[in-house]
Amino acid sequence: MTEERQYSAPGDEIETRKPVTVSRYRGITRLNHWVTAFTMIGLILSGMALFHPSLYFLTGLFGGGPTTRWLHPLMGILLFFSFLLLFLQMWRLNLPKREDAEWLANIKEVVKGEEENLPELGKYNAGQKFVFWGMSGLILVMIVTGVMIWEQYFPGLVSIPVRRVAVAVHALSAVAAVLIFIVHVYAAIWTRGTIRAMTRGTVTGGWAYRHHRKWLRELAGRRKTDPAE
Amino acid sequence: MTTERAPQPTTAAANPPIQPMASNLLPSDVVRASAMRDLPAPERQLTKVAKLIDVSRCIGCKACQSACIEWNDTHPDVEENVGVYENPHDLTPEMFTLMRFTEYANPETHELEWLIRKDGCMHCEDPGCLTACPAPGAIVQYSNGIVDFISDNCIGCGYCVAGCPFDIPRIHKTAHVSKKCTLCSDRVAVGQGPACAKACPTQAIVFGTKDEMIAHAEMRIEDLKERGYEKAGLYDPQGVGGTHVMYVLHHADKPSLYADLPDDPKISAVVKGWKGAAKDVGLAAMGIAAVGAMAHGALARANEVSAHDDAEAQEMVAHAAERLAVEPQEAARPQEGAP
Repeated sequence: MTEERQYSAPGDEIETRKPVTVSRYRGITRLNHWVTAFTMIGLILSGMALFHPSLYFLTGLFGGGPTTRWLHPLMGILLFFSFLLLFLQMWRLNLPKREDAEWLANIKEVVKGEEENLPELGKYNAGQKFVFWGMSGLILVMIVTGVMIWEQYFPGLVSIPVRRVAVAVHALSAVAAVLIFIVHVYAAIWTRGTIRAMTRGTVTGGWAYRHHRKWLRELAGRRKTDPAE
Repeated sequence: MTTERAPQPTTAAANPPIQPMASNLLPSDVVRASAMRDLPAPERQLTKVAKLIDVSRCIGCKACQSACIEWNDTHPDVEENVGVYENPHDLTPEMFTLMRFTEYANPETHELEWLIRKDGCMHCEDPGCLTACPAPGAIVQYSNGIVDFISDNCIGCGYCVAGCPFDIPRIHKTAHVSKKCTLCSDRVAVGQGPACAKACPTQAIVFGTKDEMIAHAEMRIEDLKERGYEKAGLYDPQGVGGTHVMYVLHHADKPSLYADLPDDPKISAVVKGWKGAAKDVGLAAMGIAAVGAMAHGALARANEVSAHDDAEAQEMVAHAAERLAVEPQEAARPQEGAP
């Protein structure tokens, strides 16, 4: 007899009441996130090395050019599955909602840090949703094109003309993914109090009230434990 | 003791000198190298060389393949006969050149023509493989026109496969490096022509300076025209800036007759876009985004939670807790963590 969750995920709950702290990500989700994050950083560094001659020196981090060439697709496979697990946990709360349009229309206020005039939000705002879906789409494109150009294991999978398009699309998607990655990291730093959601797993009540009020409201209205969860 | 530098070869017919000779193909003769933009200007310009393959003189004996295997010390697999003359079935990392056989029923003469083309690297003046390669110095072009793969720098990614308009490079399955015809750069360096040209019993393959080879081809084309091949001509495709392996074809108007020799090869626009401006624009976009984020972080006011937010949250949670206490449910348990 649990109450329906509309704006929160299993595990989200008010952890302490004075002062208010809210559990935002469970340990398993945080582990999942950091595996994805470090794999992504490895992929960006190794991919950049092969993307631009001026960054080829980055292959040194991985033990040279051939090792980088060998490792990059393996990291890609790891990232794909790691991200898939995150995706399965998060996609529902990232579906677009009516308030997202209003939030986006007033994006200026967001940048100014004046969120008072904006609609109340669930667990994710439109920016976070954009990062989520953008990354999901790009990772899908990159795993597909990546396999197409994986010389070691799939040398003849696609014809050479298709392969040319695949490398180009892979590189373009990677640039877009890096841009989204920068947005993601920067937003987490700029919005103070966010990082701890992925380190300790909790945020302060004030943070939740300021940025994700509907989410906080729902959690406040719930009994502490969900017997079904 | 200093050894004399070998002369630049002008023919494949000459025998090697008795005395040892120093290489004539120096690192400073590299005019282009993959993923390296600012090469020092070469001190000298070598004479452009070329291999000319006269398809009309080829008898399909595969002496060139044998010579190639022998000189390069490769070990192609022994394969099964599947009823065609190609052997092995395709270019491989161990077979840099391959006779390709085409049976062509000429609709004009109603005669069956057996077209035999020696396939292999064309040594483009504008090499797609070199353009596509991400590993610095893995593919180089010497000022004599030879395009060579430097295995020590090769990472085996296969980008050259995508870059090549002729489908030539093959990645070695165990060594994980790309392989193709070197135009016997190691023989040319000591004044010798390529092994295939040397072995060819009909002189269908000849080697020399590019100018001489073009002149030689013109003679051959004239002869072919006299013998009724009106469309005979030289295959030196300008889409890739000309090549340092050229063909004399009896049907130069239709190169694709010869086992799909590209009619108008050029580096794919996709490869050019990917390897051209897209790289710099992409890198710039990422750099600007990163620097911009850092600048914004340093200069702009951060989005901080205020005491007001904390108080509001406190109130919201306390209110909700009160409401929950008023409407007790069976599953509910006392919650207050604080007094």
